[in-house]
Amino acid sequence: MNPKANSNPTAKESAGGSTVLAWLYVGVPLAWGVSQTFIKALALFK
Amino acid sequence: MPDFSAGLLDRSRTIAGPGYNRWLVPPAALAIHLAIGQAYAFSVFNKPLGSLISGDADHPAAGDWTLAQIGITFSIAIVLLGLSAALFGKWLERVGPRKAMLASALCFGGGFLIASLGVSLHNIWLVYFGYGFVGGIGLGIGYISPVSTLIKWFPDRKGVATGMAIMGFGGGAMIGSPLAVALMSHFKGSAPQGVAPTFIAMGLIYLLFMQFGVWTIRVPADDWKPAGYVPSEEHSALITTGNVSADNAIKTPQFWLLWVVLLCNVTAGIGVLETASPLIQETFSKAALGDKFVTPAAAAGFVGLLSLFNLLGRFFWSSASDKLGRKPTYLLYFGLGAVLYAIIPTLGHNLQLTLYVVVACLIISMYGGGFATAPAYLSDLFGKYQVGAIHGRLLTAWSTAAILGHLIVSTLSEHAKANGLTGAAAYQSVFYTMAGVLAVGFLADLAVTAVNEKYQEKGPVTIEAGGH
Repeated sequence: MNPKANSNPTAKESAGGSTVLAWLYVGVPLAWGVSQTFIKALALFK
Repeated sequence: MPDFSAGLLDRSRTIAGPGYNRWLVPPAALAIHLAIGQAYAFSVFNKPLGSLISGDADHPAAGDWTLAQIGITFSIAIVLLGLSAALFGKWLERVGPRKAMLASALCFGGGFLIASLGVSLHNIWLVYFGYGFVGGIGLGIGYISPVSTLIKWFPDRKGVATGMAIMGFGGGAMIGSPLAVALMSHFKGSAPQGVAPTFIAMGLIYLLFMQFGVWTIRVPADDWKPAGYVPSEEHSALITTGNVSADNAIKTPQFWLLWVVLLCNVTAGIGVLETASPLIQETFSKAALGDKFVTPAAAAGFVGLLSLFNLLGRFFWSSASDKLGRKPTYLLYFGLGAVLYAIIPTLGHNLQLTLYVVVACLIISMYGGGFATAPAYLSDLFGKYQVGAIHGRLLTAWSTAAILGHLIVSTLSEHAKANGLTGAAAYQSVFYTMAGVLAVGFLADLAVTAVNEKYQEKGPVTIEAGGH
């Protein structure tokens, strides 16, 4: 990475924020799918 | 500098600028894989598609599609996945991931829309063409599209990076299945079983969802390296510093050994996945276990648990391969896997349900790991120059395994049942055969050595020239 770009705190925060949003975009549906599967799997142990 | 005279989709417009955070690339890859992974949940449409005329899944009418007819749709999609990944791999390396991801989104989403028309007209050939053929091309291009980009962004953690993306393919079914159920229930009043509008909705949802990957993906500049990353001077003999083109890779014995490795891994995994529900119900039946027998709902839970371990294994084992090395990791999959396959019939015979479930989950985690570790293994052996294209060609092993695995399971279990065997005994020959298949994979992996330097490209290579 270019050290100059990373030395700007505002740019760094903005990059960090967009990375978090990007992970949420894929993480939320994945977590929903996993939770649905997990609930279904519980039937095996009842 | 980006080339602004080039189109928005051109590779030159996707080169990351200074300060770009490489951790944005895995979510872009996941947006594609989570969508196309829906394919593994296609069976959720089996009953609704088989009762479009009768409206009652348990009592199909004359003219309703049979389960065998519907099942062909998925088979076509998987065969097309392998073929298109092999055919379009070099094109992908040349045009870059953005154009390939868009093509994948258009094919996958468009395939749903065509299939919807097929359902409305009750024309199964249109369903085959839409979901199977067009959608299958979307699967193949989408599956390989982020792989080489991830390897270039994460030269220090190739297994982690590809594991994250390919984990998405496993997770896609977990989203696709409940989503399809909810949509069919919502649209049930407006169309037979709600299938046609569900296909339209899913086509549009996935088309839009995948756009995130299309417009977020970036490739690193040719001279980019992670901060503080120094390639190890002491390379393992199986990690090359050279580059082999896709055309040369298929001339090497190493490529075909890895093809056999993937073939064996997938064939054996399908043995458990395909039969999971009837297998556990028949093994732990009321006749064998009394009141504590495994109900259809519990069997569905078992299938869900396997999906979960398939997903976790993709990330866990692939990440572990960064530390263990690719060859030892596959030796572990096959060595331990063969032992576990061999003991499963005994666990079933002794009615040890908990151990049976644990062993099956472990087997499936390694099956997922086998998928996710393959791109990093290819990159180690052939370099990163055309690793996406080489991976695409390797995926023909998956298509072959989808047919071979089904054939082994159905032939052996039906033969056993025809001979009067029931419960765990009906599947004994399947598991022993799969243990043998894994032993073949073990030997193939054991035979992998470094690629002869004569296959490597002479002089520096440019990614843009990848397709020429």
